Amino acid sequence: MNIFWLVLGGAFTGAVGPGVSVLYATYGEVITERAGRINLGIEGSMLMGACFGFLTAVETGNVVVAILAGGLAGSLLSGIHAYLVVFRDTNQLATGLAVTLFGAGVTAYAGRSFVGSSIEGLNPVAIPLFSNLPVVGRALFQQDLLAYAAYALGPLLWAFLHYTKWGLSLRAVGESTNVAFAAGRNPARWQVAAIMAGGLLAGLGGAQLSLALTHSWTEGMTAGRGFIAVALVIFGMWSPLRAMIGALLFGGAIGLQLQLQSIGAPISPFILDMFPYIITLAVLTVWTGAALRAMPEGLKGVLKGTV
Amino acid sequence: MVSLTDLGELASAAASPVWRRVAGAPAVAEPAETLLGLGTPSSDVPMLSLRGITKRFPGVVANDGIDLDVFGGKVHAILGENGAGKSTLMKIIYGFYRPDAGSISMDGQPVVIHSPADSRRLGIGMVFQSFSLVPALTVTENVALFLPQQGAVLNRPWLERRVREVSARYGLDLNPRARVADLSMGERQKVELIKLILANARVLILDEPTSVLAPHEVDGLFSVFTELKRDGYAILFITHKMREVLASADQVTVLRRGKAAGTAEGGALTAQQLVALMLGIDAPKEVRNTARVKPRPQTAALEFNRVSTGSADDPRSLKEVSFQMMPGEILGIAGVSGNGQQELGETLLGLRSRRQGSVHLFGHDIGRWPLHRILGSGVAYIPEDALGMAVVPQMRVTENLVLGDIGRYNGGLWLDWRAIQTRLGQSLEGFPLPLARAEARADELSGGNLQRLVLARELTRGASVVVAYYPARGLDLVAAEKTRQLLMDCRSRGASVLLVSEDLDELMALSDRLMVMYQGKVAGLFYPENVTLQEVGLLMTGHHA
Ligand SMILES: Nc1ncnc2c1ncn2[C@@H]1O[C@H](COP(=O)(O)OP(=O)(O)OP(=O)(O)O)[C@@H](O)[C@H]1O
Ligand SMILES: [Mg+2]
Repeated sequence: MNIFWLVLGGAFTGAVGPGVSVLYATYGEVITERAGRINLGIEGSMLMGACFGFLTAVETGNVVVAILAGGLAGSLLSGIHAYLVVFRDTNQLATGLAVTLFGAGVTAYAGRSFVGSSIEGLNPVAIPLFSNLPVVGRALFQQDLLAYAAYALGPLLWAFLHYTKWGLSLRAVGESTNVAFAAGRNPARWQVAAIMAGGLLAGLGGAQLSLALTHSWTEGMTAGRGFIAVALVIFGMWSPLRAMIGALLFGGAIGLQLQLQSIGAPISPFILDMFPYIITLAVLTVWTGAALRAMPEGLKGVLKGTV
Repeated sequence: MVSLTDLGELASAAASPVWRRVAGAPAVAEPAETLLGLGTPSSDVPMLSLRGITKRFPGVVANDGIDLDVFGGKVHAILGENGAGKSTLMKIIYGFYRPDAGSISMDGQPVVIHSPADSRRLGIGMVFQSFSLVPALTVTENVALFLPQQGAVLNRPWLERRVREVSARYGLDLNPRARVADLSMGERQKVELIKLILANARVLILDEPTSVLAPHEVDGLFSVFTELKRDGYAILFITHKMREVLASADQVTVLRRGKAAGTAEGGALTAQQLVALMLGIDAPKEVRNTARVKPRPQTAALEFNRVSTGSADDPRSLKEVSFQMMPGEILGIAGVSGNGQQELGETLLGLRSRRQGSVHLFGHDIGRWPLHRILGSGVAYIPEDALGMAVVPQMRVTENLVLGDIGRYNGGLWLDWRAIQTRLGQSLEGFPLPLARAEARADELSGGNLQRLVLARELTRGASVVVAYYPARGLDLVAAEKTRQLLMDCRSRGASVLLVSEDLDELMALSDRLMVMYQGKVAGLFYPENVTLQEVGLLMTGHHA
């Protein structure tokens, strides 16, 4: 087998691990944006999840409690965003960035004495039979529990959006707050709920990052994954199912970067670090035109810079 | 202007046998079947009754002590000039606005309506002047959104079956799975009705339901009304067209400047009496194009040369459309909406890309011209959707007037608002349609006043090519005739007018030539005197005349 296929195979095998945290954040942003709001603060929510998930794991040694703490922390941070944009009517993009900076500050402070601590955390659990399948076995079925939950969450969220009355309300709010109001929904309440649920999911993603992927906490460790998630939502045309493909793509780019680094490809490590982001940007550039048609009406003003 | 007392006198003089003040006894209703869970409508207790409803907005009393009784099994039409307060009253009944004073009762019991949720619980449903449908969702999803109780999981098969059942019962022909964005206006109207019926509404409020419908769709709607009446529904509907009142209404209430001028039994009225009741004057004379011109060979003001857009199987996209419009000519475009009319204008403005063919303005190929250059070379555009395309909803009336024509008011870097006011005053002087208060925001205007705003801006620019979509839509009787006169004036000063309308009477009265569109193709091009309404109607629906 030549080196090309080896590297590509390695990239695929390594794609799921780094992709899971981004996938959670993407799910979160899909829910938020389907309600007609945009939250750039999910980068901050991921950091909150990563930090407080890790702290809780160190302090309690209980990984389930740690995961929940991570989700809660992410949700609380996005609550600030929700309050500001829904009730104080602030600019969504600026508020989201401010919230992310706030989250970065809080976690840098809270986590400062935990840098370098190590934990048992979440470890891969091989699924019998499936994990022995060639290629996909190792890639998909030797993962941690949060990854398996993420597989299930995509179809579940999709079904939630399309087959429950709550999903219908959420989508209606995102398309037209006026119509939703006329239909007896309280758009503000729905949007706050959606933003906080989005923060919860991003927090879980952050927790997966520190508990399962790195087993450690470092300041700013999400490295823009939350922003990547915002981009993947557009790539995924606001569908949780397509979000899975997007996250796998991003994860694959990280996997590829690691593979190239490990075989000592003659490329600057700084360029290699940029690789996943460049790929995401490139895909987005090619893709956006077609994707934008699926955009919820309520987002159009924000994304076109008129609100 | 006549005062309300004048109107009252005039009205009683014109129509004393049928005219009465609001709170009289209604005629006896036929016993209605109780299908679909409706109670038998009682003949003398109104299903819905308003007393002393008052609503003020900053600077205007939209409703002023209005009394109204609405009965089951009857169609109650609400008439009145633009800005009379019709929509406001309906929105109060529906709980969208809270009245400043007054009371509402249903079946004789006082009720409190603080929100649309309250009114829906009481069995009141409303179709807004601009539809409340989510275009991105399917028919079924839109219906489900408005259903009162339902399980956590959407039961799609059940919902779809219900939609089909109601469609079949009331002769509404709808595909439950179609996306609303893909439906015509007439079909959207039907979705609105199904929505209300399935949500157990007993009082159906329709705000100018016919203004977006083609003639045959209006007839369809009225036969649906007949079915609904038989089942005991009360229907409240707003219209500006006398013919529709005569064809469908059992009772008529006229609003004048926020007050209820009175209520009459529909069956006994003639068109003249109705107009007199509404306006206190005789019906305005119908504007007609009496000196029709035949185009002389000269440079066309506007020429489409075998233009095609979009995909060939989309009924809306243009297919090899060719025509010439001469200076001083009104070219009428007849067709059911959604057969390429929209694309015609958008292609002219360069908003839609052409697959083939060319568009010429006074001999110049404008294919590559940017929008501002096209508008700057004397094209006025009155779009179908005024609030969406022609005005900035949050801006004031004056700002909107200036905005569309900024070149004329431009004094260097800054806008000199004082000078603008003066010049605006000059250019609007002699404009026959009274406009709303200059400081009102566009999205606070009544439907008709919004249309006037767009007309005022576009028709005072001295354009040489006027593209007008449904120009009289939403306008009251007088304003509609004045608008037609305005178009005739444009023509007499040598401008050419592309008049897109679904009102065949209007088209026949004004057009020098008439072009029929069907599925994006030119189905026929005639001198109006050479065709009958019948033939045009057939061509519009895809038959060969
Ligand atoms: N939300 C609002 N804020 C301020 N003023 C309003 C608002 N809604 C309506 N108005 C004003 O109240 C008056 C009545 O408006 P309404 O929409 O009820 O008229 P209408 O009878 O429906 O007219 P049309 O035939 O043109 O639709 C108008 O002067 C309008 O400008
Ligand atoms: Mg109105």
